[in-house]
Amino acid sequence: MLSLTLKEAVHKLRDGSITAKDLCEKCIERLNKTQQLNAFITETVDVSRDSAAETDKRRRKSKPMRWRKLEGLPIAVKDNFCTTGIRTSCATTMLQNYIPPYTATVVQRLQDEGAYLIGKTNMDEFAMGSGSVDGIHGPVRNPWKYKFTSSNLENQQTKPIEQVSMRNYHTSTDDWHIAGGSSGGSAAAVASGVCFGALGSDTGGSTRNPAAYCGVVGFKPTYGMLSRHGLVPLVNSMDVPALFSKTVDDASILFNVMAGHDVHDSTTVTDEFNHFTLPDNMNIKDLHIGIPKEYHAPGLSKDVHNAWEEAADMFEKAGAKVTQVSLPHTQYSILCYIVLNCCEVASNMARYDGIEFGHRAANEDSTEELYAATRHEGFNDVVRGRILAGNYFLLRQNYEKYFAKAMQVRRLISEDFKKVYASGVDILLTPTTLTTAPTYKWFTERDNRTSSEEQDIFTQPVNMAGVPAISVPSKLSTDGLPIGLQFIGQNFKDKELLTIAKWYEQQVQFKQLNLDYLDNVS
Amino acid sequence: MLLTKLTCRLCFQRVSRNKNCFCSKVPKTPIWEEVDHTRIPNVPQIDQEMINHLERVSLVEFNNQAGIERLSKAIESANKLHMVNTDGIEPMESVLEDRMLYLREDKVTDGKCKQEVLSNAVKTIEDYFVAPPGNIPLKTKERDYGSNSNGS
Repeated sequence: MLSLTLKEAVHKLRDGSITAKDLCEKCIERLNKTQQLNAFITETVDVSRDSAAETDKRRRKSKPMRWRKLEGLPIAVKDNFCTTGIRTSCATTMLQNYIPPYTATVVQRLQDEGAYLIGKTNMDEFAMGSGSVDGIHGPVRNPWKYKFTSSNLENQQTKPIEQVSMRNYHTSTDDWHIAGGSSGGSAAAVASGVCFGALGSDTGGSTRNPAAYCGVVGFKPTYGMLSRHGLVPLVNSMDVPALFSKTVDDASILFNVMAGHDVHDSTTVTDEFNHFTLPDNMNIKDLHIGIPKEYHAPGLSKDVHNAWEEAADMFEKAGAKVTQVSLPHTQYSILCYIVLNCCEVASNMARYDGIEFGHRAANEDSTEELYAATRHEGFNDVVRGRILAGNYFLLRQNYEKYFAKAMQVRRLISEDFKKVYASGVDILLTPTTLTTAPTYKWFTERDNRTSSEEQDIFTQPVNMAGVPAISVPSKLSTDGLPIGLQFIGQNFKDKELLTIAKWYEQQVQFKQLNLDYLDNVS
Repeated sequence: MLLTKLTCRLCFQRVSRNKNCFCSKVPKTPIWEEVDHTRIPNVPQIDQEMINHLERVSLVEFNNQAGIERLSKAIESANKLHMVNTDGIEPMESVLEDRMLYLREDKVTDGKCKQEVLSNAVKTIEDYFVAPPGNIPLKTKERDYGSNSNGS
């Protein structure tokens, strides 16, 4: 039942061949069996059971009620989206005690269509990272090639909540792979079958990167299509709510439920949103695919390169026009991203002072001392480092040299995309990441900044320009880990992007991870 | 570049003979410019005055030498931006710059949510947020982050 796609699950719930209760119990069982992945920060099992019961009750009502689009469907939400009455911690000490009095628009729209929350997922602290290893709840583990053990299962199930809520989380040095980040918990949850779709956020690749590493679809829509209201801000000019699913069709279904203007977010566009379903066939002959040559960057693994080449060749052999194109400023994009990210972070993090909400230190000597102590206790090294760097770049004597310079380079990057699309290219095909998921041991030997320079290399240029992009699983590498390829579309042509991604998905027939054997582990 | 063109041409010639031969558009080797270090400014020494200033405006501390090295590395990366010629380029603040920002009518749309607003504050008194006395400069602490932080 858990290997169904979202589309199939929705159909089966509608025609009554499965009950919401059965589905819910299955998901909770899988959630328990995969505890050691550490994908969830807060599990909302009671909410899930109540919602499932509600769905089954709707069915039994003598007077039929409107059957909603996602009726009875469990979804997971990254812990940086506000959820009324349910802690939203951003994996930081600063928000450990934060219970939002409102729900993020995108979450609300899913709930309004009958989906329910199965849990809030693990991430890097304040979404600053690319491995999902830098949160206070410890690292997320990639379910691919992970060795689940039954004794471990028992230990984990009895693990009290308090025990995991601390820094310096004990991590075994076993050779497991990271889930990618910063939305690694959501990616791992979908990949392991706990839920049929999940929300992540994508500022520089935080959804596409873990999607590639965990062998699922990760879709970052055009900036302005999905509301950021209720998403804890990181870099306002780049943050986009994004989603994980098993298939492109599933991503499309979730996107259609969430998209459109929101009065609470002035950066959502006011154009009327036309709902769509993706066609099963498309005429590939009219398609012009660009291969940006700069995306062959130093460090690209042989496996990923091969997958990229195979995909490009597949399109060409199927009759599409495939040409090599140039996005000349690609190499500088990551540098630009670092500067803009730190500057916006320095500004956004100024709100955390311990007075109105969040962690408050015990120091009551003065307001200034309270602020400093609160922020010292509340932020990890990575967050502090970005605040300090951001304030350095924003100093009066540095403002033009760094901040304004980075914004100029941002325009050049954005122009690169515009020019290539104006030349007749419909879509770009690139790798999502340099390699497959690295091991935890390898990853943690580097610092957060070095990591994100390598991890976000192919994903963040997209956020600079606001264009939509999707990572689709392509194949397994020689050592059995999933490889993701990225399609980059044109602004507000999300449907066209998804349609092409779906065609590719149909050709490769990527086999999802199947953890059904866990059902037999006692 | 020349080599790629050449192989492609060879490839095309062969296509006529053998239909299975095919020249992929994915480049075979990385195409990145070498970093020209002579064009990149040096990373300035981060002195004690700078440390104090940044800590004061940020209200967080560097903590240790590693914190200062982290800043140096970030500056080093940012300096590479100076390899890009941006003469006459307008800074880009938003990807929606060509659109009008949506403004709603100037009417109150919510309210009566005092309890919700106050519910997440650790300390409140009679519907007020509570802060200790303000406008008192931070106490100066004796700190030594190691070699880089020369006193000034």
